[in-house]
Amino acid sequence: MAGVLTLPATGPRRVGLLARLARRPSACIGLVLLGLVAGAGLAAPVLFPGDPLDMVGAPLQWPGTDPAFPLGTDMLGRDIAAGIAHGARISLMIGAVATLVALVIGVGIGAAAGYYGGHIEAALMRLTELFQTIPPFLFTLAIVAVLQPSIPTIVLAIGLTGWPALARLVRAEVLRLRDGELVQSSIVIGASDARIIGLHILPNVLAPVIVSASILVANAILTESSLAFLGLGDPNVVSWGAMVGAGREVIRTDWFVAAAPGLAIVAAVLALNLLGDGLNDALDLKRELR
Amino acid sequence: MSADSPVLQVEDLRIAFREGAAERAAVHGIGFSVAAGETLAIVGESGCGKSLTAFALLGLLPGNARARGRVRLEDHDILGLQGEAMRRLRGARIAMIFQEPMTALNPVLTVGAQIVEAIREHDAVSAAEARARAGALLARVRIPDPERRFVEYPHQLSGGMRQRVMIAMALACSPAVLVADEPTTALDVTVQAEILDLIDDLRRETGMAVVLITHDLGLVAEHADRVLVMYAGRAVETGSAASLFATPRHPYTRGLIAARPRIGSGARQRLAEIPGQVPSLGAVPRGCAFAPRCPAAGAPCRETLPLLEAAGAAAERVACLRWKDLHAPEQSPVSLDA
Repeated sequence: MAGVLTLPATGPRRVGLLARLARRPSACIGLVLLGLVAGAGLAAPVLFPGDPLDMVGAPLQWPGTDPAFPLGTDMLGRDIAAGIAHGARISLMIGAVATLVALVIGVGIGAAAGYYGGHIEAALMRLTELFQTIPPFLFTLAIVAVLQPSIPTIVLAIGLTGWPALARLVRAEVLRLRDGELVQSSIVIGASDARIIGLHILPNVLAPVIVSASILVANAILTESSLAFLGLGDPNVVSWGAMVGAGREVIRTDWFVAAAPGLAIVAAVLALNLLGDGLNDALDLKRELR
Repeated sequence: MSADSPVLQVEDLRIAFREGAAERAAVHGIGFSVAAGETLAIVGESGCGKSLTAFALLGLLPGNARARGRVRLEDHDILGLQGEAMRRLRGARIAMIFQEPMTALNPVLTVGAQIVEAIREHDAVSAAEARARAGALLARVRIPDPERRFVEYPHQLSGGMRQRVMIAMALACSPAVLVADEPTTALDVTVQAEILDLIDDLRRETGMAVVLITHDLGLVAEHADRVLVMYAGRAVETGSAASLFATPRHPYTRGLIAARPRIGSGARQRLAEIPGQVPSLGAVPRGCAFAPRCPAAGAPCRETLPLLEAAGAAAERVACLRWKDLHAPEQSPVSLDA
């Protein structure tokens, strides 16, 4: 599933990493929560076949009143449980792909700036700072509003605002390695720049990048929900944020309509943050991460 | 190329650091040459410019440093060579090993993969052939059980074995010159000897030239054919290792040799020392840079910069105004207890 995309681990190391994660209670909770969310997303087409946006029952049924709708229905008679399960697919997919976009841009810019230095670094870092001065949510909002809300534009907008912190992180890590003996010994055997960056530098900055990627996925999910809440989500797919937004109108009488998808957002974001913390410890990063 | 012509020839190498508009010289025109199958040791204290010289040979100087002069490797002028041209020579014709083999190896790749990398960087061979050659290299640097070590990561190897892996990588494409920058400083004494013996044997087998950068005179005595003593960015004495240890002429060389701990020289005796310290880059005095610390310095030493001049046998040269006064023939030669 898409959520796994952001955790590439090298073959023999993966076992050790999972074992080390399992020893940390918070990371375990994170893994279990993430597993639940991802499981719901994976099982959605089986558990809730059909379009989750279809009206399937009487509106505003409280959870438990009808066994067919365990979490009740919203004011249009849509199954809230189906919305949450299908929403998990969308949220995780957007989170993962947007993070991938941010990773490609951020790692590319950070590595180039850190490795080449000089004017290239100055130009790339000024660009990064320029992006950092723009409030990220407003920037995302503006891009989506201009480009029409759809899943690709939302992914692009979130990816475009997520990379600056990553670029700075990667640049700092590359700078640390740049003048080290590893790079020098690669230079003296005649390795090309591309080889040195791809084979010797990037694999060695992977650990902090993995940690920040898990946090980036959480942020992307939150941003997508916020966009959808404001009505700038893709209207053709179900989204947790849109469900909360719709439930807002009936929050005084039927609060469960907003609360259920809200809890789903909390679970997903919390899971990824706990996992990020756990990875941070498990990968033994002594450095501070922004 | 004939056997006795040097594979590496350095003439008037000057290295300076840019500081704003000004330049601060760190190496003031040194020259040396190394023939195939020969070991030249460059000796000096920290900060005398010996590592900088080594880095300049491979074009590894930091961005704010500039090297001038001439460095000839086989038939190429390599000083200031950029990009692809330099890349093709590095590893293939001139290679380098570093002080700390742990930080010079990639922790996320197996040692086998790293040697394969080094081979395929220059030779277009199949993956299988590169692996076979890498395995043979591991055996050649006398790593026990090379098949098992091939798939291990650097952290699974001892310090000595890591340095052997570094040597295997350096030898991957049979370079003409191997620059060894303090190759054994990070290793145990017993391992040191093994590594240097290994380099000696490989040098004899392959006929490569070795430039050994070190501050350890014991290593020089045992492993070098010729020696270049550097002080504050200048060559102060050069000659064959045997004659340099038998009759050191420059007061600095004498001081260095006298400062070595010696077995059987009286357990309670204080080690001889050279008073003072190496002048910093900006504060090199006029005249002889060693004069402020020199026991034999006279007034002219503080005014006139001594140049390298022939002393004794043909190859020996020394940069000291007073070496003739100091070099009294009846003086007993410094004992060499390597």
